[in-house]
Amino acid sequence: MSIYLDKNSKIIVQGMTGGMGSKHTTLMVEAGSDIVGGVNARKAGTEVELGGKTLPVFGSVKEAMAETGANVSVVFVPPAFTKDACVEAIDAGIDLLVVITEGVPVQDSAEVWAYLEGKSTRMIGPNCPGIITPGESLAGITPHTIAGTGPIGLVSKSGTLTYQMMYELKDFGFSTAIGIGGDPIVGTSHIDALEAFENDPETEAIVMIGEIGGDAEERAAAYIKDHVTKPVVGYVAGFTAPEGKTMGHAGAIVSGSSGTAQAKKEALEAVGVKVGKTPSETAQLMREILSARG
Amino acid sequence: MDLMEYQAKELFAKHGVATTLGVVVETAEEARAAAEQIGGVTVVKAQVKAGGRGKAGGVKLAKTPDEAFQHATDILALTIKDLPVNRVLVTPATPPVEEYYFSFLLDRSNRSYLCIASVEGGVEIEEVAKTNPDAVKQIPVSPATGVDVAKAEAIVDEAGFPAELRDQAIEMVQRLWAVFVEEDATLVEVNPLARLEGDKLEALDGKVSLDENAEFRHEDHAAFEIREEADPLESKAKDKGLNYVKLDGQVGIIGNGAGLVMSTLDVVAYAGERHGGVTPANFLDIGGGANAQVMADGLDVILGDEQVKSVFVNVFGGITSCDEVASGIKGALEILGDAATKPLVVRLDGNNVDRGRAILDELDHPLVTQVDTMDGAADKAAELANG
Repeated sequence: MSIYLDKNSKIIVQGMTGGMGSKHTTLMVEAGSDIVGGVNARKAGTEVELGGKTLPVFGSVKEAMAETGANVSVVFVPPAFTKDACVEAIDAGIDLLVVITEGVPVQDSAEVWAYLEGKSTRMIGPNCPGIITPGESLAGITPHTIAGTGPIGLVSKSGTLTYQMMYELKDFGFSTAIGIGGDPIVGTSHIDALEAFENDPETEAIVMIGEIGGDAEERAAAYIKDHVTKPVVGYVAGFTAPEGKTMGHAGAIVSGSSGTAQAKKEALEAVGVKVGKTPSETAQLMREILSARG
Repeated sequence: MDLMEYQAKELFAKHGVATTLGVVVETAEEARAAAEQIGGVTVVKAQVKAGGRGKAGGVKLAKTPDEAFQHATDILALTIKDLPVNRVLVTPATPPVEEYYFSFLLDRSNRSYLCIASVEGGVEIEEVAKTNPDAVKQIPVSPATGVDVAKAEAIVDEAGFPAELRDQAIEMVQRLWAVFVEEDATLVEVNPLARLEGDKLEALDGKVSLDENAEFRHEDHAAFEIREEADPLESKAKDKGLNYVKLDGQVGIIGNGAGLVMSTLDVVAYAGERHGGVTPANFLDIGGGANAQVMADGLDVILGDEQVKSVFVNVFGGITSCDEVASGIKGALEILGDAATKPLVVRLDGNNVDRGRAILDELDHPLVTQVDTMDGAADKAAELANG
């Protein structure tokens, strides 16, 4: 079992013929994902060879879904076109929309989020590494070779910290690892992933990685208190980041006291989440929990 | 990108928001000339990206051009919240009859927009929000529907603007909304929004933050960037397309991915507690493209920081493979030659780690030390910085 993505997921790639898109489509095929085609209106009707697979290019998401039965789309199109690509996929009724693109204007993300209201699509991202259910499917750019399948569910704002944590805990493995992205507005929140992991019978424990900025971790803490029975271990990056400086992610902006790593750590610890000071200490906390369960 | 007051007012004027631009100057002599040109009583205002300018002595009334000269001299010598004042805005003094507060902003928690409006307070809005929260109206604005005339009317009525100003306020709300959406802002704030003599509504001060991700559709926004305000190393890094933030410590940091680099800063700071209190010298995220040139550019910027005593290269090979990173380090050391003078602690993990480590072992460079774990490498880098 897993969340959001499994071996039955049929994946199309919007922007498959671009540089990032073709590189990562190849890697997704190698990871075992069932990639069934791509979308590019200008190259509709052609085929591309990626990862040893011949993939058809469709003119629209709707057409791709009708022809292939795809239920997941991974978006690599440039930031200027991301909003339109998302709206197209939502209109076509895709189940899962994974937006990898970095640098999407936040008002575009806000509009897409508003557009999602009342629709059936779940969006992950933008500006994220996507989602991997090891051994089954990868929709995104997470290296599939880091860790195999196992009892840990992982949700993280940061891509490289996702990889680092999977590496630290590779001897245990993961049910699903999801990078939700560090932008101010993202489609899937920590809380959404926590809820899904809580309901997933194969997930025994959860690692939650946050970073400075916003109040998503504080809200997740409140959610954990009332709704999560599985053990949760947390990590927050950015304890030493100076106030008011932006560190790469648009979301990682500290202003005033709210949004600091310390405030997030305290909020999580107040509801019983063990929080590591470093990635390796965090991994050690998870190790202890899983070892105690036998 | 945060704008200064005079830049915010330029955007206001572009969208027809009632405001007075004034004259922005960089010397006291120019301030005198500006005051003469404007005539009558003027206000000299420090232009820095910080709140609390008035309390810091950065806003002064000048009855004569000579007074404007004197105030500008004083204000240009100020440092407000660590920011040197390099320019002042000279505007006509227009004493408000009443002061209001108004803003549109991104509401991260609700993944939406918010309008905040109050007819009480103005400058002391944070105080009002604490003591009388009911007087500060928070009105959600949907990104799907935005602010049309009906929404503007609803906002003005909920905020409780005086009846005689209602029509002006409705128009101003729509124009400020145009600033927010058409300029891709994350914050448009008017404080105070002033009622002047003759019941005229005007934006007396403004704060605007623009979304840098949207720069591709706003070529004119580049003109707002004030380069001399930035740290010289940050400017150099920006020219090379590097995501660099200067900090105040001794251990230079290079890593891939914003989260991992932030985490690296923390781990180095903890390690520094054991090594004389050394701290990170910078944030530098080289992202996925860790080729020799990017690595050389990064090292070049970091080694330009005289405080740096050691450099910690922390890379997890996810998309990037470690052998590419190792080759990048090797190439960077060749490019830099004698300019590379500080010890480098390298921690590689992940994709192709064995080949990456082998490349550096073979290089056997006197400045390079490899450590297998992030914590161990941070400790080594801190130790070397404390030497």
